[in-house]
Amino acid sequence: MKQVAIIDYGAGNVQSVRFAFERLGVKTVVTSDSSEIQSATHVIFPGVGHAKAAKSHLIQTGLIDFIKTLNQPVLGICLGMQLLCKQTEEGPTEGLQIFDTNVAKFNVNLKVPAVGWAPVKPNNHPLFERLHNEQFYFVHSYYAQVSEQTIALADYAIPYSAALANNNFIGVQFHPERSGEAGEQLLNNFLKLS
Amino acid sequence: MISKRIIPCLDIKDGRTVKGINFVDLKDAGDPVALASSYSKRGADELVFLDISATEEGRGAFEPLIYEVAKTLSIPFTVGGGIRSTDKVSSLLQKGVDKVAINSSAVKRPELVSEIANKFGSQCLVVAIDAKFIDGTWRVHTVGGKQSEALELFSWAEEVTNRGAGELLFTSMDHDGTKAGFAIEALAELSSRVNIPIIASGGAGTKEHFSEVFLKSNVDAALAASVFHFSEIEIADLKDYLRSKNILVR
Repeated sequence: MKQVAIIDYGAGNVQSVRFAFERLGVKTVVTSDSSEIQSATHVIFPGVGHAKAAKSHLIQTGLIDFIKTLNQPVLGICLGMQLLCKQTEEGPTEGLQIFDTNVAKFNVNLKVPAVGWAPVKPNNHPLFERLHNEQFYFVHSYYAQVSEQTIALADYAIPYSAALANNNFIGVQFHPERSGEAGEQLLNNFLKLS
Repeated sequence: MISKRIIPCLDIKDGRTVKGINFVDLKDAGDPVALASSYSKRGADELVFLDISATEEGRGAFEPLIYEVAKTLSIPFTVGGGIRSTDKVSSLLQKGVDKVAINSSAVKRPELVSEIANKFGSQCLVVAIDAKFIDGTWRVHTVGGKQSEALELFSWAEEVTNRGAGELLFTSMDHDGTKAGFAIEALAELSSRVNIPIIASGGAGTKEHFSEVFLKSNVDAALAASVFHFSEIEIADLKDYLRSKNILVR
């Protein structure tokens, strides 16, 4: 039985993520309780808004070191993914050091935030099973640089990490919960990971 | 490489979808939840829900309906109408809304733009601007187009951008509901003035109008209501047409 815990640290909205799992028939719990997070089969690390504010919320919950110890599949979404990186220029803010890459701001000549659907080119990571060159919905002003842990690429004037993976930790820059059928397929693929 | 977005807009009054011409003569266009769910399945890239009488009636947007729409949608969801505080934004986000659109309340108190952007991030904030071309200038209007303001479109757009707006939704009141094409010149000027995404609104009548607005102005999305609600244009056909013009769509 799948049980999804969405980490609640006061950083933005998690309702659309809950709805997405409900549409897939999977129960979710939004929680900042470490034993509840620990007992879930899958964990979502969400986040919208400003990196520095999100990081300070995270410190207040006392979950920051705990998150790194999780052994089940963990999916960071958007700012959640960026906070799993080494450091982000937003703030600047130090990340949780799960992913071996940095987060930078898009060039000033580009429209930011970058808003909209963009093609995502995955490698053969199981998160992208049956997904080849589908488009996903992005909203962001910062991007994770390409690294050896990049499992999918997107581009906005330059290529960047649309998704990253390091063992059980996965991050996606886009919003699978608002990415139509492709997003549903990706969330289903995530639920199949163990 | 970001696709151009096609956005159906649900104008809501008394819990029903309505559509007017030049902001008046409202006509019933169906159940919002059913319409939203069908758009989500038929290729819409985002849905905008505007509670068009909320400001006039001095109340906030209709939350139970918003919750039902958010639950069924698997695409981004923007809500506008009567949003005057960060508390209201917070409450809407908890209903499953992804972005809020503010219009009259931003004109009344421009600090609201910065307050929302600082608290929830620019990505969450669309500033909607309704304007009408009067004596050589695009004059901003509020309260569902009923009140003329001493503000000019382009300078107001620059101000809200500087205050932290994440996107602009510009509706030409002269073009709205006419089905005679978008306000191309104003949109081209607007997209040269600000460096955030622009949603073009008002005047869509044919598929050619959509390709024209994307090819002739640097806008990021096009919004329409009646041509989609009354099935005059199918979104899938529209996207095939835009692809044939080498415009990137989903």
